[in-house]
Amino acid sequence: MGEAFSELMKKIKAGEFVYTGELEPHNLSTDISDVVEWAKTLKSIGKIVAANVTDNPQSFSAMTSLAASFIIQRDSGLEMIYQLRTADKNRLALASDILAASALGLRNILALTGDHTHMGNTPDAKPVFDLDSAQLVDLIHHMVYEGVDLAGNEVQGPRPQINIGVAGNPNQEPLEIEVLKMERKVEVGADFIQTQVVFDLDIALTYLDAIEHLNTPTLIGIFPPRSYGQAEFFDKFVSGVTVPPEFLEAFKKFKQISDKAERKKKIDEFNIEYFIDFIKEIKKKKNCAGCHIMAVGYPDVIAPIIEGVEK
Amino acid sequence: MIITKEKPLEEIYGYISDCKNVLFVGCDGCTQPPRGLKEAETLAKLVEMKAKMEGKEIRCRFTTVVKQCCETSVGNLRTEMEGCDAMVSLACGVGVQIMNKVYPEVCTYPAQDTKFIGAEEIRQGPMYEMCLACGECILHETGGICPVTRCAKGLLNGPCGGCVDGKCELPMEVNGELVKNDCAWYLIYHRLKELGRLDLFRKYRPPKKRSLAMNPRRL
Repeated sequence: MGEAFSELMKKIKAGEFVYTGELEPHNLSTDISDVVEWAKTLKSIGKIVAANVTDNPQSFSAMTSLAASFIIQRDSGLEMIYQLRTADKNRLALASDILAASALGLRNILALTGDHTHMGNTPDAKPVFDLDSAQLVDLIHHMVYEGVDLAGNEVQGPRPQINIGVAGNPNQEPLEIEVLKMERKVEVGADFIQTQVVFDLDIALTYLDAIEHLNTPTLIGIFPPRSYGQAEFFDKFVSGVTVPPEFLEAFKKFKQISDKAERKKKIDEFNIEYFIDFIKEIKKKKNCAGCHIMAVGYPDVIAPIIEGVEK
Repeated sequence: MIITKEKPLEEIYGYISDCKNVLFVGCDGCTQPPRGLKEAETLAKLVEMKAKMEGKEIRCRFTTVVKQCCETSVGNLRTEMEGCDAMVSLACGVGVQIMNKVYPEVCTYPAQDTKFIGAEEIRQGPMYEMCLACGECILHETGGICPVTRCAKGLLNGPCGGCVDGKCELPMEVNGELVKNDCAWYLIYHRLKELGRLDLFRKYRPPKKRSLAMNPRRL
């Protein structure tokens, strides 16, 4: 683990169990005012240390996450984790963005490969993938700690001050593939791991055990669903994510409740109870540094979940 | 082998509809599926028939060469091409360019879209892209399976999070149907495990030297 530049890393190093949120600029929109408001809501919860800003998720073009991260951090006061994917930029453009991020006061980058460009709304775009996520980690690490890019060109003036996050996938089958992959990413300089959404506690615990030897703080990703449809979507359409049958069954029952307010109340209660227990269990693992809560547009459950865990 | 796909007849006809004498030239080289004398004859007849249906007369002749990517081999067509005001090549994009270079006095048009360097599982069966000619072969490290070509993202440190049940999440259209390819890195993992060389899978691979594949290349 390298130096702590960000508040997130400082808190992790101090042994605090941290929470991060997720923010998503709208597709093809110049307006992120509501995303800033959402960031303010996350900050007001108190325990949320930072939030990720997605970079063209699912290869749908949105405002560059570099600019969005800067604006949201400036206007909300919440620290951002700037997500940067290699799908759209070569190593030269990525180095430019790393320099810019540091100059703009962004202190965390989540290094991602990203979904294939063909899966998004501009399927005929040229996919770049000059680097993959591990190589992006290598690039950032070189710039931060050696003051050079991957071609050996020297950084002029102060070096970037960035902590490097990587994505983990506890749902990968067989898990050995994922463990070997994470070993590579940590070898080249990953500071922390944020994982893909996990619904199944056993999967999260098994994952934490499997990567314990890496001594790398890991934030397990959760996503409290707002409806049966959302839970089912994760189970059926999100690569590698499985939702336990009993979880789906509970949401199926909630779907039958005709009164909207009553239905929401039941769903909220279920999510709060389920994820408090979930987080309490993962928190027992030494390498579990926190929880990454992906609940865009569903603030009602975040505070009660965190309060429930922390009390 | 170079995998090509025949262009629609309408498109080929569009190139030469104003011509009177056209020579269709097959290639007996590595173009797959085969595009030799038989295929050149079939295409020539189809174009002639289409012209007749439209009340035109285009005299279509046909021939083939050993390999259109060789200027010497293409040079043997001198007598046969005399009198024609256009030629249609059934070779890959290399052949079309060599034909235009050797016979600059007439235009040679492509009858094929050049797709990729690949292989077929069984004779005349489905064809698969296998090599991108990246100029920096790493097959000795990846169990003989090329991630640069067979991983949709060309990752050197895969697989990505889109590998589910050994398949790539990216759907590919093949003859009008959506199919999912095997994840190259999933195949590499199993092959290296079988060989007792998971150390090679674990190895971090630094970025490729893209300059080695900077086109146009010469040797």
